[in-house]
Amino acid sequence: MSTPLIGDFSVAPENDALRAVRIGIITFPGTLDDRDAARAVTIAGGTAVGLWHAEANLQSVDAVIIPGGFSYGDYLRAGAIARFAPLMEKVVDAAAGGMPVLGICNGFQILTEAHLLPGSMIKNNHLKFSCADQLLRVENNTTAWTNAYEPAAGMVVPLKNQDGQYVADEKTLDELEGEGRVVFRYDGENPNGSRRGIAGISNAAGNVVGLMPHPEHAVEPGFGPDSSAYGEVGLGYGTDGLRIFSSVLNSLVAGGKS
Amino acid sequence: MTVSPSAAAEQKKFRIDTVEHAAATPDTELPWAELGLKEDEFHRVVEILGRRPTAAELAMYSVMWSEHCSYKSSKVHLKQFGDKVTDKMKEHLLVGIGENAGVVDIGEGWAVTFKVESHNHPSFVEPYQGAATGVGGIVRDIISMGARPVAVMDPLRFGAIDHPDTARLVHGIVSGIGGYGNSLGLPNIGGELVFDSVYQGNPLVNALAVGVMRHEDIRLANASGAGNKVVLFGARTGGDGIGGASVLASESFDADKPSKRPAVQVGDPFAEKVLIECCLELFKSSVVEGIQDLGAAGISCATSELASNGDGGMHVELTNVLLRDPTLTPGEILMSESQERMMAVVTPENVEAFEAIMDKWNVEYSWLGEVTGTGRLIIDWDGETIVDVDPRTVAHEGPVYQRPMSRPAAQDSIQANSFNAERPFGSAAVKDAILELMASPNMCDKSWVTNQYDRYVQGNTALAMPDDAGVVRVDETTGLGVAVSTDANGRYSYLNPYEGAKLALAESYRNVSTAGAKPLAVTDCLNFGSPEDPEVRWQFAESVRGLADGCRELGVPVTGGNVSLYNQTGGVAIHPTPVVGVLGVFDDVARRTPSGWRQDGQAIYLMGTTQDELDGSEYANLRGHLGGQPPKVDLQAEKLLGELLVNASRDGMIDAAHDLSEGGLAAALSEMALRFGVGARIGLGEVCERDGVDLFTLLFSESQARAVVAVARSEEVRFKDMCSARGFAHARIGVVDTEIGALDFQSNFTLPLDELKAAHEGTLPRYFG
Repeated sequence: MSTPLIGDFSVAPENDALRAVRIGIITFPGTLDDRDAARAVTIAGGTAVGLWHAEANLQSVDAVIIPGGFSYGDYLRAGAIARFAPLMEKVVDAAAGGMPVLGICNGFQILTEAHLLPGSMIKNNHLKFSCADQLLRVENNTTAWTNAYEPAAGMVVPLKNQDGQYVADEKTLDELEGEGRVVFRYDGENPNGSRRGIAGISNAAGNVVGLMPHPEHAVEPGFGPDSSAYGEVGLGYGTDGLRIFSSVLNSLVAGGKS
Repeated sequence: MTVSPSAAAEQKKFRIDTVEHAAATPDTELPWAELGLKEDEFHRVVEILGRRPTAAELAMYSVMWSEHCSYKSSKVHLKQFGDKVTDKMKEHLLVGIGENAGVVDIGEGWAVTFKVESHNHPSFVEPYQGAATGVGGIVRDIISMGARPVAVMDPLRFGAIDHPDTARLVHGIVSGIGGYGNSLGLPNIGGELVFDSVYQGNPLVNALAVGVMRHEDIRLANASGAGNKVVLFGARTGGDGIGGASVLASESFDADKPSKRPAVQVGDPFAEKVLIECCLELFKSSVVEGIQDLGAAGISCATSELASNGDGGMHVELTNVLLRDPTLTPGEILMSESQERMMAVVTPENVEAFEAIMDKWNVEYSWLGEVTGTGRLIIDWDGETIVDVDPRTVAHEGPVYQRPMSRPAAQDSIQANSFNAERPFGSAAVKDAILELMASPNMCDKSWVTNQYDRYVQGNTALAMPDDAGVVRVDETTGLGVAVSTDANGRYSYLNPYEGAKLALAESYRNVSTAGAKPLAVTDCLNFGSPEDPEVRWQFAESVRGLADGCRELGVPVTGGNVSLYNQTGGVAIHPTPVVGVLGVFDDVARRTPSGWRQDGQAIYLMGTTQDELDGSEYANLRGHLGGQPPKVDLQAEKLLGELLVNASRDGMIDAAHDLSEGGLAAALSEMALRFGVGARIGLGEVCERDGVDLFTLLFSESQARAVVAVARSEEVRFKDMCSARGFAHARIGVVDTEIGALDFQSNFTLPLDELKAAHEGTLPRYFG
C-alpha cells in the first residue's frame, strides 16, 4: 500500500444510497468540533445536517452526532447545562426509539449527563489538558457505530481533553463489561486514569455510543495522527476514525433507509 | 422600594467633572503624573483642548498616549517598515500596517490575516490569566478584520529552567494558553520555548493568531456615516485591567467601593468563542459597517480609534454601558480592559437584524450612541458632557519622541570575546556533546508543552510542532493553505542587534520554506528593555533597521505587529528579542514537507556550507559563554535556499526537510530521526574536508542558510542538477535506514535512538512533572 496523499478525499466513492442518509450534528454555544464531525460524515459518503441546540427539531435526520467542545464553557461540570437544551429532549426520545446517537468527548459527557449512558467523566488523573495520538482497541464491533471494524481492531485517533477520566461504580462497570457495552478501550498505558481503561461505551441496545477520543480528527490522510509512537504513521495513515462514520451509514442503509 | 433614576444617580456619589466644570475651574489639580503623563504631555493636552481636561478626558489621553498604545518611543523607528517597502513587496498586501492586523492575498480569492502581540507583563503578575487573555486579545484583532481565526502560536521565553520561580510561570502560562485557546477551538500549531536567565523577571509571552476570509469579506474598523448607531456587545464592563484609573480619586467620594482590583484582566473563553461565531454571523449577514475589538485602553481606544478612522465624529452616552460593577466611575469605565467585548457600527435599518443575532447567541449588548458629522468625540454621563475631543488627537496624534541613543559601552568588548573554550574531540566526546545538547532546556523535546494544546481542532492542521512551521489548509477543495513560523534569538541580538533581527527573519523565512511554502509576509513582536535607557534605544533602533533592511532584501513586507518595552527588572534589560513571524503560502498543502524522514534508503543531503560559527550558539550557551559575533547572515543565500526547498517540495523531490538553526547539524539530524523514530547512516568526512572544519564544528556551528533534506533515490539526479544549476552547495551525507534504530555516524560513533529519545524527552517532565 502506498502512502495516500494528504487531503485525499476519494476515500468513499459517491454512492446515492449513502448520500441519502442524513446525519445531524448538534451545535451548542461552545461546541468546537461540529464542522469536523460534518466533514467526517461527508467524507464517509453521507449528508451532514447542522442542528441548533435551541430548536427542538431533528429535521428528519437518521442519526445524531454530539461533537466535542466546551458547551457553555463547561464551567459547572462538563455537559451539565447542555443536557437541558430543547433539542436534547428530542434526542433522548429518538434514542429510545433506536436512532443511532454518537457522543464524542464533550458529546459523551453530555450523553452521560442526559442519562443516555451510565457513568461520568472527571478530571484526568494527571490534572492537565492533554492532546496526543492514542491507540484504542475496538471491543465491540456490533454497535451501530462500530460495525465496519474487524473484531478487536486497533485504531489510532487523537485524544484531547481535560476531563476525560471515565468513572462509574463497580456494579455499573461489571454490567458494562458483562453486556459487552465497553465499545472502546485504551490500549497500552491508561492515559487518564479511566476505570478499566474504558474509552467508550454503548447503551444496552447498542444504538447510543459515547467515546472520549476523537475519530472525526482521523478521517483524512495527512490531517490525522502521524506520531511515531504506533508504527509508521499510525495504523491506517491517520484515517482510523473514518469507519465509525462508515459504520452508521452502512447500518442505516442496510436497515432499509432510502 | 423603588428608587427614582435621579436618586440612583445621586447614590453613585460621583462628582462628575463635566467639560463645563473643567472650563470653569482651570486651576484644579489633576493627577496627571500618577496616570503616567509627563508634564509637557499634560501641557499639550491643555493646549489641544484650550482648557484643562476633565477627569474622563485625562483618563483617555493618559492611557492612549501611554507607550503601549501610542508607540511614542518606537514610532520614529517603526516608520522604516513602511518606508522600505517596494511596490513589488506590496503585490500581495491587501491591508498594511495600522489596522488591527495586516491582510495578505494568498490567491483563489482567499485572504489571510495574521499578527503577533505580547502579553509579557500581565503574564508575570498572573501567569494563567495573563497568558489566557493574551490569546483572547490577538484573536479579537483577527475577528475584527472579518476573518475566521484558524490557528494560534505561542513563542514563550522564561528564566532559567531551574530557578524556583520558573515552574510557577511555566505551569500558569502554558495552562492559561491551553485553557483559553483550546476552549476557542483554535489549533495551536507551533511557537517557541526558550529558557534564559535574562528573562527571569520578564518572561516573554507572545501570541500569534491567523485568520482567513474571502477578499470581499475584509472589514476595516471605522465609524462612518452620520446617524449610524454605535453598540457595545459581549461581556459586561468591570473593574479588571484598570491600570492608573484608580488614582482618579477625585472622581469619587465613596470610600467603601471595591478599590483593590486586579490590574490583570480575567478571561472567559466561552464568551469569546460565542463572540467569534456571533461576529462572523454579523459580517456574513452584512449587518455591521465595522467592528472594533476592545483591548488595551478599552472604550477609550475603541471610541477614539473608530471615530478617528471614520469620516465624522461620535456621540455616546456612557451610562448606557452595561456594568459588572455599578460603582465604576466614568474614567474607570473608559479605561477598563475587561475582556471579550466588541464595539460595532450599525446602520439604523440593521438595528433589528443586529439584535436578532445577539439574541440567537445570547450575547448582551447596549446601544451607546451614534456617529455624527461634527468631527468631535463627545461622551456624556447622564446627559452631561464629560469628554469633548478631536478623536485624532487621542488616537493618532499622540506624542512622538526621538530620544538620543547610545551604543552600549560594553558592545565592543562583548563582540571581541569570542568562544574559545576547549572543544570536544574524539568520538566519545562528540557523542556525549550531542546527548547533552539534545537534553538541554532549549533543545529538548517540547511536547510536555505542546501536548497541552489542541492541534487537531478544525481538522485542517497539516503540520504542527515539532515541524519547522505550522501548516493549515485554507481551502478544503483545492488544498490551498498557509505555513507560519515564529523565531527569535535573543543571544544573537544581544551580540549584534542589527544582524540579530536579520537572523530572526532569516530563520523564520527558512522554516516556512523548509515546510514547502513560499514566504509572503512578516509580523513582528519587538520585545525590549526600557526605552528610557539610551542603550536599549540603540538596540531597538538597530533591530528595527535590521528587520526592515532584511524584509526589503527578501521581498517580504511587515504587515503589522507589536512593541513591548520596559521588559527590564532591577536595571537589567532582557536581551533584545525581536520575534519575527513569517507567513507563507502553498498551492496545495498536500506538498508540505515534514521534518523527519521515514522511507528506507532515501538519500540525506546537507544543503549549504558550514563555517566555524560558535559564538552565540547553543553549545556556547551550554558552556555559559556569550560573546563574539553571531553567525553571518546572507539573505541572498537564504532566498535561494528557500526557492530550492519550495521547488523540491512542489516537484516531489524531497520527503523530509529540516532547517539548521540553534544546535546546528547535530540538532537537525537528531530531530529528523526522532520525528518518526527512524535512524540513518551518516558520513560527514567529505563535508568536513570541503568546508575545512572538524567534526565537532560541523555538527555544532550555527552557520546560516543550511538545511537537511531526504531525497527519494529516483529523484536524486534531478535534485542534484537543480542545486548545481543554481550554484547552491549540496552534499550527500547519508542514507535513511529503517532497521538500525540509531544515528550511525560512520567511522565515528553510533547514537542509539532510544538513548537519544530518552535524553531529549526527559528534560521538561523532570522539571515540571
